[in-house]
Amino acid sequence: MTPEIERLKQQFGKSVYGERAETGRLTSVSVAPEVLPAAAEFMARVLEMRFLFLAGFDERKSGGGFRLRYAFAHPREDRFLALAVQAGETEASFPSVVSLYPQANWQEREIQDLFGLKPSGHPDPRRLVLHEDWPAGQYPLRKDFPNGVKVPRRQGDYPFERVEGAGVFEIPVGPVHAGVIEPGHFRFSSAGESILKLEIRLFYTHKGIEKLGEGKSPREILCLAERVSGDNSVSHAAACAQALEALSGTTVPERALRLRVILLELERLYNHVADISGVVLDVAFSFGAAQLAAVKERLLRLNERLTGQRLLRSMIVPGGVHKDFAAGALDHLLRETEAIKKDFEQIVHIIWNSSSFLDRVEETGIIRREIAEALGGTGPAARASGVDRDLRRDHPYGVYSQLFFMVPVFAEGDVESRLKVRIQEIYESFKLIHEVAAGLAPGPCLAVPRPLAPMAHALGGVESPRGECFHWLSTDREGKISRWKIQSPSFANWPLIEYAVLENIVPDFPVINKSLNLSYSGNDR
Amino acid sequence: MLRILKKNFQSGRPAPSYCPGQTEAPLGFAGAPEIDAAKCTGCGQCVAACPTDALSVSDDQKENRRTLVLDYGDCIFCGLCGPACPYEAISFRGKFELAAPSRDALARPFEFRLSETVKDPRFVAPEKNFPPAAARARHPNYEQGDFADRLPLEDLGRKLKDKIGALFGRSLHVREVDAGSCNGCEVEITNLSTPLYDAERYGIHFVASPRHADLLLVTGPVTRQMELALVKTYAAMPSPKSVVACGGCAVSGGIFRGSYAVSGGVDQAVPVDVYIPGCPPRPEAILYGIFVALGKAGAPGN
Repeated sequence: MTPEIERLKQQFGKSVYGERAETGRLTSVSVAPEVLPAAAEFMARVLEMRFLFLAGFDERKSGGGFRLRYAFAHPREDRFLALAVQAGETEASFPSVVSLYPQANWQEREIQDLFGLKPSGHPDPRRLVLHEDWPAGQYPLRKDFPNGVKVPRRQGDYPFERVEGAGVFEIPVGPVHAGVIEPGHFRFSSAGESILKLEIRLFYTHKGIEKLGEGKSPREILCLAERVSGDNSVSHAAACAQALEALSGTTVPERALRLRVILLELERLYNHVADISGVVLDVAFSFGAAQLAAVKERLLRLNERLTGQRLLRSMIVPGGVHKDFAAGALDHLLRETEAIKKDFEQIVHIIWNSSSFLDRVEETGIIRREIAEALGGTGPAARASGVDRDLRRDHPYGVYSQLFFMVPVFAEGDVESRLKVRIQEIYESFKLIHEVAAGLAPGPCLAVPRPLAPMAHALGGVESPRGECFHWLSTDREGKISRWKIQSPSFANWPLIEYAVLENIVPDFPVINKSLNLSYSGNDR
Repeated sequence: MLRILKKNFQSGRPAPSYCPGQTEAPLGFAGAPEIDAAKCTGCGQCVAACPTDALSVSDDQKENRRTLVLDYGDCIFCGLCGPACPYEAISFRGKFELAAPSRDALARPFEFRLSETVKDPRFVAPEKNFPPAAARARHPNYEQGDFADRLPLEDLGRKLKDKIGALFGRSLHVREVDAGSCNGCEVEITNLSTPLYDAERYGIHFVASPRHADLLLVTGPVTRQMELALVKTYAAMPSPKSVVACGGCAVSGGIFRGSYAVSGGVDQAVPVDVYIPGCPPRPEAILYGIFVALGKAGAPGN
């Protein structure tokens, strides 16, 4: 019994029962619904456990009814704990914990849309994932929902929150934007240039990926995981592979773990360079944007030289990596990263000596630390606001525990800090790639795949370029995937933007948006 | 300022040099799977390994025929079929110029005598081993789309299109719509505007409004929640107009086909002129597709 479960039992007595050691570092324990809010509060305030996400499960077939699992991470040790709660099919299925964890807001609404379970006491029970033309009474993640059958559309309306008063204008933007970006709707209320309120409406790219993954083979599910968010292919695949390997009890060979670190850091490199390039472009500093775009292209070509794919896809498979790097590829990697680093250093030096650039990014789009923490912000966006968290250091996976690297944290929370976090991380990634590539010992890079354990749960987590990315997998009696929950960093970070833009001017919105680098597809799934 | 000039001087002019049919992909790029008909026995091992419906077999007992089809429109370029082949008949040699004006032109059929294939020790019988292929929409079906009533009549535009293609040859305004992609295609489309690909030098210009566009470049499988926005964007374009479906999802729904939340390909919502396979297609492959739409490059195999 873990110390946390012991404390919970002391506090809540028989309302805490049925603890289970799941796979890997995950333990779960059941909690009676009536004590859930108190137990969640106890977890946060007394045990200092950090709430990660919430997932729904339809276990009616195996006699378990509907269940919710609240995942928590230990603040200092490398352990995860899930609180499992029974949910009813009545009007108020489960107690809302939004007043305690504001980050549960979207999580609970997602469960309401996809499972038809109603959170009682939720402050904003509008539709979230499924838009207004989705008929009532159809819940895609329930087991009796027939996937692939066309669902009819119905008339419906989505009420936006209104700001009223003299001189207040509403600016609707999207879902189709002016640039080459993903779709989403933004509703600004502004007085003059200043933004009074921003309401975001997403899930236009909702593809039902979690449902599609049910019953798929491990290889197929990784192909899907790579397509949750294209520019974070490796991170999603690595997190999903971790969960698969925990379910099958596979030990991944050392060389494969090291190659995965190289792939993950290469992904971080091209993402961060693209983000900085995007912000520089959005403030119309075309020299910097063009130069950084060239750096990004060089990184993409390095990717394809090493793996055959510019987005590093198809490399991560259950049990290791699909293929080893070709002969000479490692030397090329070391030479090329050295040259790219030098080039990048020069460009950044020039950009940060431009006062007109700094004028646009300093004190723009400030996110206060309290906001970032309350909304469960993650990744560079949170680290720029003083939230010192990085899964690679706090819950190390792969071989990160053997590697030395710094986690940059800034306190200001503005666009400049978010860029500075990324710049520092780029240098750390170069260092990590060199350390891993230089000490790479020969050996196998793929373990023989084993069947998945039946009736089990597993959690995989990776610090993607955008932040914490979790994949939760559950199996049924035959050892097939029965539930796949993807907690992407963008799902955690999108609500931050509504706060970041307040009192900023409308023309700064693209800069703020780019500095947060939110994935629509990763959010919508 | 001097630093900027110095750096620009040092980096020199990037050398973009894409020329349809002549440019090879950079070293290492895997590209599309290609089947060597001389080595392939039609055993079906690759079909079992394929995570989408890109590889399929159908047996005709009466005609004593087995047909193996490799459909680039469904392919996600994952490379899992290569190692699955016991005869090393599948290779990846950086092929990327795949765009074609019809779905059928993306399929590569291979025929075998069933009686000989059965003797192969690696033979896989289709009925028992493969899940039934998802009901495939190989043909445009936009007239049955949920918002077909909003599609403008394009008869006049269609007749004019061929003639005007010659005029567009010099300058083309493109509006991009993400109809639910994973953002992989967006990464590559954004690259078209960088100095290394610089689509503008071909006269290809990305515009902010569909009202200014000649060509609609669509990515993604067309999610249920983007279908209306896509149809509205198409309707807002002045006639004559072209539509290019970019990436495996846009061509066929790709790996997302069969989900409650996607309609399965752009041609299920609006008429499509050219299909670009790839997951994602590399920047040159997208340029090639746009050239095919302009009649400036032929279909592959020609």
